[in-house]
Amino acid sequence: MTENVLEMQGICKDFPGVRALHNVDFALRKGEIHALMGENGAGKSTLVKVMTGVYEKDAGRIVLEGKPIHMRSPQEAQNLGIGTVYQEVTLCPNLSVAENMYIGRGRYAFVQWKRMNAKAARLLNSLGIPARATQQLSSCSLAVQQMIAIARAIDMDCKILILDEPTSSLDEDEVRKLFALMRELKSRGVGIVFITHFLDQVYEISDRITVLRNGTLIGVYEAASLPPFELVSKMMGKALEDVEKIKKPEASAQEASEPVFEAARLSSAAGVRPFDFRIRKGEVNGFTGLLGSGRSESARAIYAADKVTGGETKMNGKKVKISAPIQAMKLGIGYLPEDRKGDGIIAELSVRDNIILATQVIKGFFKPLSRKQAEAFADEYIGRLNIKTASSSTPIKSLSGGNQQKVILARWLLTHPEYLILDEPTRGIDVGTKVEIQKLVLKLAEEGVSVTFISSEIEEMLRTCSRLIVMKDRQIVGELSGTNLTQADVMDAIARGGA
Amino acid sequence: MLLPLSVLALLIVVNLIKGADYFSISLINGALYGNIPNILFGASELVVLAIGMTLVTASSGGQDISVGVAAAITSAVFVRVLLNADHITWLTIVVGFLESAVVGIAIGAFNGSLISIFRVQPMVATLILFTAGRSISFMIDGKLSPVLANELTSRIGGVMPGVPIQTPIILTLAFIALIAAVLKTTNLKLYAEAVGTNEKAARLNGINPIKIKFLTYMILGFCAAVAGFIAVTKAGRHDSVNLLKYVEMDAILAVAIGGNALSGGKFSISGSIIGAYTIEVLSRTLLRLEVGTETIKAFKAVFIIVLMAVSSPVVREFAAKTLRRLRAEADPGQDSAASDPEIVAKKGA
Repeated sequence: MTENVLEMQGICKDFPGVRALHNVDFALRKGEIHALMGENGAGKSTLVKVMTGVYEKDAGRIVLEGKPIHMRSPQEAQNLGIGTVYQEVTLCPNLSVAENMYIGRGRYAFVQWKRMNAKAARLLNSLGIPARATQQLSSCSLAVQQMIAIARAIDMDCKILILDEPTSSLDEDEVRKLFALMRELKSRGVGIVFITHFLDQVYEISDRITVLRNGTLIGVYEAASLPPFELVSKMMGKALEDVEKIKKPEASAQEASEPVFEAARLSSAAGVRPFDFRIRKGEVNGFTGLLGSGRSESARAIYAADKVTGGETKMNGKKVKISAPIQAMKLGIGYLPEDRKGDGIIAELSVRDNIILATQVIKGFFKPLSRKQAEAFADEYIGRLNIKTASSSTPIKSLSGGNQQKVILARWLLTHPEYLILDEPTRGIDVGTKVEIQKLVLKLAEEGVSVTFISSEIEEMLRTCSRLIVMKDRQIVGELSGTNLTQADVMDAIARGGA
Repeated sequence: MLLPLSVLALLIVVNLIKGADYFSISLINGALYGNIPNILFGASELVVLAIGMTLVTASSGGQDISVGVAAAITSAVFVRVLLNADHITWLTIVVGFLESAVVGIAIGAFNGSLISIFRVQPMVATLILFTAGRSISFMIDGKLSPVLANELTSRIGGVMPGVPIQTPIILTLAFIALIAAVLKTTNLKLYAEAVGTNEKAARLNGINPIKIKFLTYMILGFCAAVAGFIAVTKAGRHDSVNLLKYVEMDAILAVAIGGNALSGGKFSISGSIIGAYTIEVLSRTLLRLEVGTETIKAFKAVFIIVLMAVSSPVVREFAAKTLRRLRAEADPGQDSAASDPEIVAKKGA
């Protein structure tokens, strides 16, 4: 049992300006399920990509079954018996199950259909996957598709199987089926690397846990001897003893003022359980929880970024209906999305057009701002937020990530919102800009703007928010404010699922 | 903008080499004729369609291949109104045009709803009408190629008494002015570009992508009606089979030559307009070079291949690199030259 199938020693990987992995060791035993844990940017995906030959390591040694190996491509890794299944199913939905399992594998130009189908059927049967070889892939459920992806990966003498967030789009029943398959593979001696954000799943199935943080190895632990609370604190990077206590003195003063925005039993198509929410004038609150806990989905439900499926909303005490972003915007709600590239910037357009966009849309289709006015607005906010750009006509895609984020912030500040939702406004940007954005949030609050702030960095949340709503598994499990607002309490709430 | 303009310049140079009288304009029966007026006259329908095609390309990242067919249908409606009237007056023509415009907008709405609501790929959605359209046009016609034998429509397709410029040229310019006014007084450009570049982000900023795509296809439908109107008055008869045949491909080409990405997003209407005129100049240049009418398409294709290759990012990057290297060779780094006393001394000598 203690035989290591894979050993990685002193792995380093640098990207321009960032050290993604620093001297990381990792060992995978034969027939074990090994969870790889860490918050965003901890280096999990980089480590996996080094393991599967997507990236070449800058330094270090990889030993597979006692033999040192060098991988230059994912194909090579696959030939060595390292299979990977990614978060999204990367198969072809309009091909048959068997085709998906073997396509691109054959050595010959012609496919021997009969043999391929028979082989596929045998493998599906032996793994207990409920699918027929000739069935079209798209007619299988998502979980079965995920299992077929695994079957594809483990065929050809697979020794190591890497599962990157395989459960994120599965429901509870499907997860159970997937786990049964994982246990079956484990009993056959396959070493499985399991990456997930769901703590419960880690404890349900893993034998050992490796924790990474900021590209360095924090430690390797037996799952049975590491309480969830300690795991969370190791992932977030604060030892329990040096947790600083921060109090927000103004928290009590706000109790008196009326809520700006209220929601009751709000739910959305993205799968958040119905939740209640309120925010007062000049308050900064935040949703916290691990990635995938539903913190972003809650924010999106407020703004109607996802289809709202139920609940009531009130703005300044008056009942309002928010079923599309434009309605939220007209009520004075702004939303900075988590995915800056996919949801935030309009890459081709100029910094100026990106800044005036929301204001322009609120004003209306038939009331375009004059060029002069647009330029004045853009220049004003480029100056105020210190956005580094050649001119306001520069396409936003040529700006750095931090400056792009400032442009999106400028877009919403220009609308003079009453309530601003900022989802991960500081992700992937440099430290200097991070601090600038945090200061800006506090200044906005002083001016009477209510802000909901979401960040994976717990310190940042504590610095800016006076009230934290703790989420787990897509529902609110607790709320912390005043003297309860400490790192220890937050971590405790996340781990235990209650405050 | 640089590319279509330089191509246009190149073509004009070729024409001037062929004969120095290229720019000469003569006055015949009170109207101006010559190469330039002929180009402006000939490209009228294409310019109008290229404008609409630019808008749908920007918002939906796809092209409408049914515009020529749509023009055949709308002009059939127009002709029918005229033929049913006992006496053709200016009012009859205005009513006829308005009816054809309504039909054009309805066609745009049909295509637009398939594309924006049902998310059918633009080329597939418009393939439906592309296939069925000329039969529909024929059914509206009632008989084979009805003739518009009256003074008023021939004035629209030709010249107005006392006006030295052919009417289609004026109509085209008026249409360009109308579109310019629409772009000036609405946010069509910003919205269409936002939807075409990043639909998700556009939606989160309060824009309804479905409405915007729908709107651009309706505008293109109107463009088709205008183009059909010009084409049928020019020809003086309605030929369901040949009216504006294959014009959709030229309209798409005009958009591409104008430097617009066919995948949508940022766009330039003026680029497409220049692109449309460039195509017309190209056809006429080939005729002037005595390329036979039956082989002209092959030559046109060769020209387009060269044009697309030159403007492709691969070639552009290579050209930029070569240019840099040549510059570096011609002017070896000033710092090294200055710091090397031998070279300085030699230069001095």
